[in-house]
Amino acid sequence: MKRRQFIQKSTAATALASIGGLSLQSFSPSKTKKITILHTNDVHSHIDPFGPDDGRNANKGGVARRATLVDSIRQDNPNTLLLDAGDIFQGTPYFNYYGGELEFKLMSMLKYDLATIGNHDFDNGIDGLYAQIPHAKFDFVSANYDFSNTVMDTHVKPYKIFIKDGIKIGVFGLGIKLDGLVDKNMYKETVYHHPIEIAQDMSRILKEEQGCDLVICLSHIGYYYKNAPDKVSDITLARATKDIDLIIGGHTHTFLPKPTIEKNSIGKNVLVNQVGAYGLYLGKIDFYFEPGKKVSSEGASIIV
Amino acid sequence: MTIKHILKLGILLLIFSCASTKISKIEGKRLEIDDTLKPNLAIENFIKPYREHVNKNMDSVISYAKETYTKTDGDYNTAIGNLMADAVYTESNLVFNKRTGKDIDFVLLNHGGIRSIISKGNITIRTAYEIMPFENSVIVTAIKGKQVNEMMTYLSKSKRAHPVSNQLQLVLDKNGAISSATVHGEPIDESKTYYVATNDYLYNGGDGMVFFKPNENTYVLNYKIRDVLIDNFKKKDTLNPKRDQRFIQLKD
Repeated sequence: MKRRQFIQKSTAATALASIGGLSLQSFSPSKTKKITILHTNDVHSHIDPFGPDDGRNANKGGVARRATLVDSIRQDNPNTLLLDAGDIFQGTPYFNYYGGELEFKLMSMLKYDLATIGNHDFDNGIDGLYAQIPHAKFDFVSANYDFSNTVMDTHVKPYKIFIKDGIKIGVFGLGIKLDGLVDKNMYKETVYHHPIEIAQDMSRILKEEQGCDLVICLSHIGYYYKNAPDKVSDITLARATKDIDLIIGGHTHTFLPKPTIEKNSIGKNVLVNQVGAYGLYLGKIDFYFEPGKKVSSEGASIIV
Repeated sequence: MTIKHILKLGILLLIFSCASTKISKIEGKRLEIDDTLKPNLAIENFIKPYREHVNKNMDSVISYAKETYTKTDGDYNTAIGNLMADAVYTESNLVFNKRTGKDIDFVLLNHGGIRSIISKGNITIRTAYEIMPFENSVIVTAIKGKQVNEMMTYLSKSKRAHPVSNQLQLVLDKNGAISSATVHGEPIDESKTYYVATNDYLYNGGDGMVFFKPNENTYVLNYKIRDVLIDNFKKKDTLNPKRDQRFIQLKD
């Protein structure tokens, strides 16, 4: 019932971005598959809700409430992935006292599927991050950090593929340039590669070689830098790549009221989303699939 | 669904049977986490002992403040700023000296880095978090006396009570020009190397403090300013800092 309300509400208050392809809905409704992507970013150890006296975010956030929301969405659609775009650590005394143990344990209890690594996740050094890995029952992806010469070697993969209801979903991770942002003593021998080339490689591997139906980039490179528009960001990444369906971002604490629709290098739509910080919001993107459906170059209809 | 429809479907499926599964529709939405959502009890119960431990620890009393101290209770130096700069000197020098055999000459912090008052009464670990919620840590840098002089010029022009430790004395004349500047009571020697402790924000040019670079050497102590304060407060039964003569302007 809740979902119905949600759809009615969203249809009423949304813009139809583009409608492409043939409408087959009338005669193949049973074959439509739905994948739900839930996401957070820059939660920064905000485990408890903000207190009633907080100047900006009074009574908002809180992991236990997020758990309730995630549960209800998963009950509605078991074909759901829960992702985090980095900066899990640092921001409340929980991190100072427990070094990220509680954050990882709670994310495991919420059944997070995957996370990428943010700059603040190095705040206790790469050794501090490594020490908490046993508490994470989910995986980490980063395609542009090379951890080969660090303790994190083998603990972070470039991408991970999920199969939900027969739909193949490829998710790869991207991290921000560490030099100048994080002390070298913290990230040690972690090597950063430029995100654009890596993303072009990743989307080719996931789309063409692995045959993924859905390609997601889990990014901590920042939404957009308006004072440095050439600096690599989720928006510049969306424009410079192809075959990425969704970029889930972090780092810039950008509170997008709804996902941004960008055109990629071949003129197709890419969704870019980020839900601010501190666990105040949960992003939810539903992808509907129809087998064998011919889709024009305009792509799917996007309702945001 | 009519027979005609089914036939049509069959043909379409034939045509597109080699095509892979495609996205037909995408819906995006942001959901707010607020108090209309009931907290998940299992999660809540899991957090509880951690929360209790943190709170108990945060509220544990480590010292006592004789008065209330604010960063606005002086023109060029304040009791709270002096307390912080001297604490950074004392605690960081223990680490620095052990590692290098050298001593820090003096400390410079920034007025804006004092994020809260110290209230009269019990000092807890939470007090240190309030004064210094950020993760900035101590950096010792080896700079020439020439750069120390640039720092003195900066301080004379900024007209703010940027905290300095008591090894430094800077006196401005009534017009705000430098009347005298000494380290350990000695005039600043332009060619001598000074070991100045600051925080990583200022070291990287924060607040326009561009005189830390270039430098002869930099020592990252991995010692957070907040931890400096906690360690320092724990050593003292009572905090009784004073405004003094380390950075002043002469009236006439």
